[in-house]
Amino acid sequence: MNEEIPSTAAPVARLIEEFHKLPGIGPKSAQRLTYYLLRTPREDGLALAQAIAELRDRTTLCSTCQNVTEHDPCPICADPRRDRSLICVVEEPLDILALERTRSYRGLYHVLHGVISPVDGVGPEDLKIENLLARLRNGSVREVIMATNPNLEGEATAMYVSRLVTPLGVKVTRLARGLPMGADLEYADDVTLARALENRQEV
Amino acid sequence: MPQPPRVYKSPAIVLRQRRLGDADKIITLYTANYGKVDAVAKGVRRTRSKLAGHVEPLNHGSFLLARGRNLDIITQAQTIEAFQPLRDELERLSRGFYAVELVDRFTEEREENFRLYRLLLDTLRRMSQRDDLDTVLRYFEVSLLELLGYRPELEECVSCRARLEPVTNYWSASGGGVLCPGCLPPEEPVRSLSVNALKVLRLMQRDSFPQVARVNVPPDLARELEGHLRGYVRYVLERDVRSAAFIDAVRRQPRPPVRTATAPGEGTG
Repeated sequence: MNEEIPSTAAPVARLIEEFHKLPGIGPKSAQRLTYYLLRTPREDGLALAQAIAELRDRTTLCSTCQNVTEHDPCPICADPRRDRSLICVVEEPLDILALERTRSYRGLYHVLHGVISPVDGVGPEDLKIENLLARLRNGSVREVIMATNPNLEGEATAMYVSRLVTPLGVKVTRLARGLPMGADLEYADDVTLARALENRQEV
Repeated sequence: MPQPPRVYKSPAIVLRQRRLGDADKIITLYTANYGKVDAVAKGVRRTRSKLAGHVEPLNHGSFLLARGRNLDIITQAQTIEAFQPLRDELERLSRGFYAVELVDRFTEEREENFRLYRLLLDTLRRMSQRDDLDTVLRYFEVSLLELLGYRPELEECVSCRARLEPVTNYWSASGGGVLCPGCLPPEEPVRSLSVNALKVLRLMQRDSFPQVARVNVPPDLARELEGHLRGYVRYVLERDVRSAAFIDAVRRQPRPPVRTATAPGEGTG
């Protein structure tokens, strides 16, 4: 988007440029969004601008679980009905949303903000692992559930964290791996099938 | 390098993945027939994807690819070997990461090198079956450097060209090999190279893996060899190999079977 288009007003060009920086937004989408905003009522556009401004100014990381929150501690950490002896470790804040949708988990969370991926330059020191260990040292947590993604990086992270947690006398478990609902055995990869057999359950 | 046909097939090893849009990923493959290829795997971030499990890094599989406008597209994938033990243990896995990172960094797209493909495959197999992991990794480094034209000079001094004597010599990454004591530059910091380290390196350069694996490498010699080869690789690539830091991080971790639980309640943060 660096070519000079003399017919485009400077403020328009600037917003197009900003939209273009967003993931999944190409040059055409950036132009469409900009001209759309130019035609919408002024309040709608300002509401968007304000939401973006507040996104950074009014959020922080929960000092306990590292989730993104407006108030510290976050609503989950502050909720007295949650089970404080359980911590579910996830890669990203969005994973908490997915787990909360199940309504079957009543413990606390811990967000690592990433996953060990040496090839991409992300090592254990870039994740919120130290904060997790600090939470475990007062002895009130009895189980840590590793809910990182069941792929190579997620598994590596789960193994790495569990080696640091186990010596603290805390039980470490891993989300079960197996076949997803609606799957086809014929297309399942060997690793998934092997895990599904290992973790089979009586019906 | 002839252009591959519109739809082509090759065994390959998955080097890495990157996210693309909402549900897709770009998979970097090291193929047997076409060298390194970046290809799109569609929809692999969805739970019910048929491809996802087959395009995990460090998988050896059989791939069917279709030529795309920009990137090629993986249309079918079937795992041949998943190297499960390699995935189940951090000591093995961290070295596996290092091996695929080296292949990724050292190669250009679509430059066929069947021997390098073979070397990576053999290395991943050894890493999932054997316990002399550092020997496996050092042999991999020496062989990769050889295959790609960066063979370090181990017979004569890289400066005065005299045959190397069985004494403590010096390792020179920038010189591409070994310096004899007489050619030691006075100000530049260089690493000393022990007689045994030189012997092992020569063996790795000349012999097959089974022969190299017969040599017993004590831990301090293993560390010395690791330092020399890492330094040389860093010099050739002009950058750090990021997975090396992860190997070190795993090495610093408490070992699983040792050490019992420390008393809970001891100190916070």
